[in-house]
Parts: sequence; C-alpha cells; structure tokens
Amino acid sequence: MSKKNIIIYSLILVFGLSAPFLFPAYKLQISILWVLTILALTWDIQGGQMGYNSFGNILFFGVGMYVCSSVQIGMFFPLSEWTASGGEKTFLHTTSQYFQGFTYGLIFAGIVPAIVAALIGYGILGLRGHYFAICTLGIGIAAGEIAGGIELIGAGQGMTVPPWPKGIGGTELRSQFFYYLCFLTVCVTFFVIRLIYQTRFGLVINAIRDNEDKAEAMGIHTMRYKIIGWVVSAFFLGIAGGLMGNMIGYIEPTEIAFAGSTYGVFMVLMAILGGKGTLWGPVIGAAVFHVFKEGFWTFFLGWQYVALGALIIVIVIFFPEGILGWFREKYPENFGEVVDEVDRTAQVELT
Amino acid sequence: MDFLIFKAPILMVQASMDGILLGVLFALVAYGMALQWGVMNIINIAQGELVIMGGYIAYFMYTAGIPPAFGVIVSPIIMYFIGWSLYKTIINRVVERDMFISILATFGISILTQQLMNFVFGADVVVAQSNFGTTMLFDYSVTLPNAKIFSALVSIVFAVALVLYMKKSKLGRAIRATSQNQRAAKILGVDTEKVYAATFGINAALCGVAGSLIAITFTLHPYIGLPYTVRSFMIVIIAGLGNLPAVALSGIGLGVFEEFADYILGTEFRIAAVFLLLVVILVYRRFKLSRKREYLK
Amino acid sequence: MRNLKLSIVLLSGFLLAFSSIAFAKVKGDTITLGAAVSLTGKYSTNGKNTKNGYDMAINRINKLGGVIVGGKSYKFKIIYYDDESNGGRAAQLAERLIKQDGIKYMLGPYSSGMTKAIAPVTEENKIPMVEANGASRSLFTKGYKYLFAVLSAANQYLEVAIDLAVEKNGGKGVRIAMAFEQDAFSQDVKIGVVEAAQRTGSEIVIDDNLPKELNDMAATLSKVKALKPDVLVVSGHTKGALTAIRQLSEMRVNVPMLAMTHCDAGKLSKQHGEKAEYALCAAQWHKSLTYEDNYFGNGMDYDRDYTAEYGSAPPYQSAESSAALLVWKAAFERANSFDTEKVRDALAKTDMQTFYGNIKFSNTGQNIAKPMVLFQVRCDGGKCANKVVAPTKWASAKLVHPVPTWSNR
Repeated sequence: MSKKNIIIYSLILVFGLSAPFLFPAYKLQISILWVLTILALTWDIQGGQMGYNSFGNILFFGVGMYVCSSVQIGMFFPLSEWTASGGEKTFLHTTSQYFQGFTYGLIFAGIVPAIVAALIGYGILGLRGHYFAICTLGIGIAAGEIAGGIELIGAGQGMTVPPWPKGIGGTELRSQFFYYLCFLTVCVTFFVIRLIYQTRFGLVINAIRDNEDKAEAMGIHTMRYKIIGWVVSAFFLGIAGGLMGNMIGYIEPTEIAFAGSTYGVFMVLMAILGGKGTLWGPVIGAAVFHVFKEGFWTFFLGWQYVALGALIIVIVIFFPEGILGWFREKYPENFGEVVDEVDRTAQVELT
Repeated sequence: MDFLIFKAPILMVQASMDGILLGVLFALVAYGMALQWGVMNIINIAQGELVIMGGYIAYFMYTAGIPPAFGVIVSPIIMYFIGWSLYKTIINRVVERDMFISILATFGISILTQQLMNFVFGADVVVAQSNFGTTMLFDYSVTLPNAKIFSALVSIVFAVALVLYMKKSKLGRAIRATSQNQRAAKILGVDTEKVYAATFGINAALCGVAGSLIAITFTLHPYIGLPYTVRSFMIVIIAGLGNLPAVALSGIGLGVFEEFADYILGTEFRIAAVFLLLVVILVYRRFKLSRKREYLK
Repeated sequence: MRNLKLSIVLLSGFLLAFSSIAFAKVKGDTITLGAAVSLTGKYSTNGKNTKNGYDMAINRINKLGGVIVGGKSYKFKIIYYDDESNGGRAAQLAERLIKQDGIKYMLGPYSSGMTKAIAPVTEENKIPMVEANGASRSLFTKGYKYLFAVLSAANQYLEVAIDLAVEKNGGKGVRIAMAFEQDAFSQDVKIGVVEAAQRTGSEIVIDDNLPKELNDMAATLSKVKALKPDVLVVSGHTKGALTAIRQLSEMRVNVPMLAMTHCDAGKLSKQHGEKAEYALCAAQWHKSLTYEDNYFGNGMDYDRDYTAEYGSAPPYQSAESSAALLVWKAAFERANSFDTEKVRDALAKTDMQTFYGNIKFSNTGQNIAKPMVLFQVRCDGGKCANKVVAPTKWASAKLVHPVPTWSNR
C-alpha cells in the first residue's frame, strides 16, 4: 500500500468514526450514505466490471430486508400474529432477545439472498446485453408485487420491525449503533471487493466484459465466475437491506424493500456518475449523489424527478464514463497509465 | 387461487373475449417497439409514457367537449411531432451507441415525462367517457363494452395501414432498407438520419393511438406507463423483429394470459404474472439456444 | 489524482454537514411546524389536498390574531418536504425535520402507509404529531403517546354500509363481495368490513385484492355478476373508485348496494356523471354537517372559502388537515408554553368543536368524538351531487336501496 493510499484510508476512517460526534444531527443521513455506497459498489461488480447491466439487484436488497426482520421476529414470536391486521398486536423484545435476533437476522439477510442469487444465476446470467437488463428489471418489479401479496409478511400493509429495546438508552444510542454497523459493513464490503478485484477473479470478470466468447474460448468457465460475482453482490446487498429495514423501522414491499424506482435506479446512476468499472467510482458517485440529493433535491418540492430524469439523460449522453472516467481521460498519468502521444493520436484517427 | 372460472365456463368466454380485445391494443404498441428496435436498434423504456401521453391528449379533447374517440386521429398527429422532436433532441445522440446507453437515456425520459405529465395534467386518475354502450352476448352473460370493440378495430385499421405504407411508400421502403442494412442503405443514398426521425415519430404516433384508446377503455394517470413498455418488449421478443402477424398473435396471447391470470391468481398478481412470464420466456429461450452454443442477440 | 479523491470525499462531508439551514422551533414570533407530504408520485393529488388544507388553516389563523402564548401573539409557519409517496423517504424526512431542522411539532403526511412510517420516528424522539390522514387502526394499538389523529379509524369507514345492508335485509346476514387494494389504508377498511360481517352473520362470497397499479378489475366484476352478492365493497383510493364505476357500467353488473371510499377525492360525480349514481361512499366529513368554529364558520363556509382559494370544492382530506392546525393552536394556548411535554399533555386533553367535527382524543390518540358519514351519489337532470344518507341526524336524502338495475336506469 502506498503512502498516499494510507493517508486517504486513514482520513476516511477518521471521518467515518468521528462523524457521529462531529455532526450528531446527520447520523441517519451519513448512515444512509454508507448504505448507498454499498449499493453502488455491489452494482458495479456486475454493471461496471463484468459488463452485465443489472436493473434487478434491488431484489437482494428487498429479500435481505424481509429475511432480516422475519428472523428477528420469528425467533421469539409467531410472525403471522405480528403482521396480522396491519400489525395491531405488539410484542416487546427484551434487550438480549433483540440483539440475538438482530445478529441472526443479519446473518440470514446475507445468506438467503446469496442462495437466491446462486439459484437464479444460472438461468439469468446466460442472457446477454439488453436481454439481461430487461429480464432483471422484470424480476425486480415482480418481486415487489409478489411480496405485496404474501400475508405472512404483512402483504401490502407492510410490517414493522422490532422496536429498539427500552431500558438500554434511547434514540441516540440506537442511531449510533446503526451508524457504526453501517460504517463497518461498508468498510468490509469495500475491502472484500478490492481484494477480489486484485485476484484472478477480477481479471476474469473484466475479460467477460471485454469479450465473453473469447474468454470462454480460452477455457474459462465464465458462468462460474458470473455466478460468484452475483453471489458476492447479493450477500452484501442483503445485509445492507437488513440494516436499512431496521433503521427505517417499517417495511413496505414496493416503496422501501423492492424500491426499484428509487434505490434500484439510484444504484445504477451512482455507479455511472462516479465512473463505472473503477473501484473508487461508485464511492465517489454515491457521495456526490447523496449530497446533491439531500442538499438541493429536498427543496425542489415536486421538481426533483424532472431533475433526476434530466440528470440521467445528461450523464449518459455526455459523461457515460463518469467523474473518475473523465479525469482518467484528462489526466491519465495520475492513474499510472503511460500514454504514448503518437500512438494515441494514431488511434484517435483510426476510430 | 380461485377456480371459479372453471366452474362457470361462461366466465372463460368472457375472459377470452376481454383478453383478445386487450391483446390487439398491446400488439399495436408492440409493433411500434419492434419497428424502432429493428430500425434503430433502440429499446425505448419510455414507450409506456408515450402511450399515456397520447391518452392525455384524448382526455384533453374530451374535457374541451370533443368526443374522445376523435383522439385516435388527433393524438397520433401530435405524438408524431413529439416523437420527432424527442429524436432530434435526445435519441439521435444515443442511437448508434451501446444499447445500455439508450436504455438508460430513455429511462431518464420516462421519469421526466411522468413528472411533467403530473404537473400538466395532475396526478388524478382520469377517465374519458365515450358513451358507446355495451354489446351483450349469450343472454346478457357476456358483456363486451363497445369502446373495447372500437379500440380493437381501430388498432387493426392502423396496423394494416402501416403495413401497406411500409410496403408501398418511398419512406416506408427507406425504413425497411435501413433496418436490413443501415450501412448499405446509407451508401445507396438513404438519408438514415431522416429515416430514424421518421421511425421514432411513427412509433410515437402508434403509441398515441393506443393511448387514446386506453383513455376511453381504462383509466389514465401519469405513473402507469411501465407495464405497457414491458408488455410490448415481451411481445417483441416472443414474436421477433419485423414479423407483424406474430406480433399480433403474441399480443393477443398475452392479453388472454393476463385475463386468465386475473381470475386464477387474483388481480393483485397480474403485474407480477406479466413480469414473471417475461423472465420465464427469456430463460427458456436462453436454454434452448445455449444447446447450440448461441445466445439471444 | 489521489488528492482529487480526497478532496471530493472531504468536500462531500462538508457539503452534507452544511447543506441545510437550521430552523429554530420558535423564533421571534413564529412557531414552525414540520410536514412531509406527497407532492409527487401516486398520492400527489391527495398530498396536495392535504397541503392546501394546512396552508388555508395557517393563513386563516395568522390573519385572525395568531396563537396567543404568554400574552404574546405568534404566527404559524410550516416547513414542507416532498415524501414522493414513498414511506422510506417519509421516515427519512421526518428524521431530517426533527434532527437537522430542529422541528419540535409535527403535522402528519397523507395516507396511512406514510403515517405508519413516520410514527416510530416521532415517537422515539418524543415529538408530538397531530395527523389528519393516517386512519389505520394499527396506529392506535402501539401505545404511541405523541401521535394524535383528528380522523376516525379506517375500519369504521364501511362498517356502517354493511350495517345498513343488513338492516334493509330485515336484520338477516347478507352476502358480501369485497375488492380491496393491497395497501395499508384499504386493508384496514377491509378489517372493519370483515368484523362487521362476522358480527352480523354475513357471508363473504368474494374476497379479491387489487394491485396498486390497478386499471382493470373485470375479473372481480365478472365474479360479482356470476355470484350475485347483496353488497359490493370496493376500496382502492381514487383509481379503485373510478375503475369500478367505469367497468360496472360497461359490464352492466347489477348489485343492490355498492359501497366505496374516496368518491369525493376522485370527483366521481363529476367524472362519471350518472353512471356513478347510487354509489354509497364513506367520508370523514361532508360540507353539510352542522359543526362550527370561530375560524372557518361551518362546513358550508369552509366549502365556499376553499373553493374561492383553490378553485375546486374541498375533499374531506383538506378539511381534516385544516382541523389539525386548529387543534395545534388550541393546544398551544391551553399549554401556554412551548415545552413539548406540556404541549403534548394539552393535546391529550383536547375536547373541542371545529367546523370539521368534534375532536376528543382517546388515550391512544384516536379521535373518538366524531362519527363517519355515508353519502350517496344522486343525480338530478344530469347534475350529480353527494347527499348524506347516514347518520340520520344530517341525512339530506333517503337511501335508495336496492340500486335500480342498469336496464331500468
């Protein structure tokens, strides 16, 4: 690790650890920023590095959210009674029950989506290009509609997640707890993804993006790698979903869990905004997007979706390579690339 | 699950008739999709929004006191120009690039137009009254709203007219030539830029017709476009590009499937059934092709 | 390059921290309330109705002397955010209002779903909220202490209709067909209908759920036609009401009683005219009710002033929203303080009459002093209007039962 790298990582670490004390009013906002970063990072495994533009990764987010709270509740109380008649009955978790349930909930929130990804991956990752994009779009929306029809998890009424146990400190402690959990998750996600990009896996999925047929001809089992990539995404997305559900406190099928029209779109947009196919791009994209959104968006009162639509159009038409990609074009030497000017101009003329 | 439909066969007749009339309408939208996909290699996510916009034009006429059925004439004309100007401002910048860019760009258009329609027309659910009455069959046990019959007939008329236009007119031949081989057409003097603009305009016009028919048969509100996009996408991948009879058939098939899903699974799972059918068809075709080591292109 | 990344990350942090201006809860002579309402998305029509109701009430209160606390007059002000008809966003914005903007007094959003998303946040932060549009009964069984609802619970919406049908049937149980949207509000209405059915010994013959993107309910109506129930109950916000009438008339489905919600928000009598005649609708409020207060006068006055201000007649969503502000004002004056706990206690003791109805909260925060009204769409020479048929105290027309068949209309 270079010296500069260490400085950057430690600065982010210091910011992440001290933020709740520096900006106590913004704890939830920054926690959501970390969750958004996870969404963008995991989307980029498919969309950026592998060339499989998925519109349906929100599926794993939603599954994780429902699995997490179902486990939290189901371990101690009958789930069907918890959700009956719109959640009229209330059961209280004791402190130990709460944390025990939450731990198991998060574990399952990671594992179940990963299993789902492995199961459907073989069928769906065989599709290419826009067929894959539209197919995943269909899965994401269908999942929300189906969840909205299942009585056990509250159907269209949604379900409430267990409230923070009374008697161990109030809302401050709660938001701090979730803040650090989100920060921890985003750090783990980042370093796991960074690690796997440095191995053979990273090279293979790049090869799939650049030319899948050739990669196959070289004797690589591309399907295996594609599924592994999806499973990794699903695992972290599921945990992010479990965290998000608990932070919000209320789960609704199409607007919060399988929120294709918000988080589903945001994750694609953030990765592209920052620069898809790079490690830091999604992180930067998420930060810029979230700041923009919370800083200005909220005051648009109704115009924000016009702005979002226009933003998408402008980004894909004029900056399809994103912020990092733009800098990479402009200052390639900063990215450790050596540019032969003669060769470069020759190539430009060719294209 | 509800199996009432199997106990009362007359419901099956009703469902099939409803499905056929609905499917013809889907097929019209899907034909526009197939056209632009074939010619410009673009998947237009905003297709559904164009449909709804066309519907609002008919509704607007209705509020101004003109019978909304005339929307099928006015709406395509306005929508042609909207489509044409959309092409000139946005689509021409994505048309020869990666398809993912066109998907995302049209997705942006879709979000933007939804919200603009919300501002212009309000988020209210609106209906336009055609007052066409109802046709009864089999001693009042099967009812077919005349508005639906009207909409199916109009769809057929427009589809046939378009096929003839594609065969006979100069522009139509240029469009077909471009879809077969864009480069060769260019070399032979076809102004592909103009062809693209016209194609997108025609697609928007077809959506306009469909939309004004939806205004008099169902309900309109700004956020209901996406299911129409997905349905037309699905019809096109089942039927293949540029195969009109197949588009019509699979459109009707989808309509009937949806109506039966309504009865058997329940209306709340209708959208899910459509989207899952899409997934199943895509995955089925992928496995079929992968035996020959090919894939969907 | 690394410096670039660094500066972007740092810049983001700072922007995030300072991107919003902090508002004080009571500053100078204004009391600031916070509200997240739906201005975009599927609930934006009713979100706008809610906002209009709030705005009309603060203008009126400020014009007529404001809120007198400690002998000084204060003006109301509301910070609005757009929750995009999305519960997750609503919860996030509630937190933002409380933590970043320093709001101490909240107003409710539109719809039960949004209120269910916001209530845990306000409760946890001990911020009192007076809400006017979250009718779900499950809001009142959680033991929330800081939530006050000026409206009747959702399960009461159509109970009356079932009771009426049973009464007309000579006290014997009836056969009920139900179609309810898959959302928090409609499912709560359903709970009420199911309970009423059990109580009266009625039988539910059709139990269908409708999707949120409803525009075709032919399947349900065909079943109705085949099974011939005595009552058809439909609840699916405005699109449910509009779709049901359109397809009932087109498919010539005869049913002796048709009960719905959201008829006035959907402008049923205007959009469908005579086709909508005889539909029974549940509402929280109707302009012909004879309640009064010093700010808006009675329902008719409210109707007139609202129409002058916003160009259309007020649906009950606006009326109940205006009433929420009257409750706030009275509570501040009775508490004579800005302390949230004291204001909360004053809110809990509310017992007042407004143009919208009597308001008195149970200890779970539910308004128990106001009955629901049921009206029927009646047409006279092509002009249709909503006439109250129940409760009998305000009835301006007699219930027509059974509904004439389509061939006799």
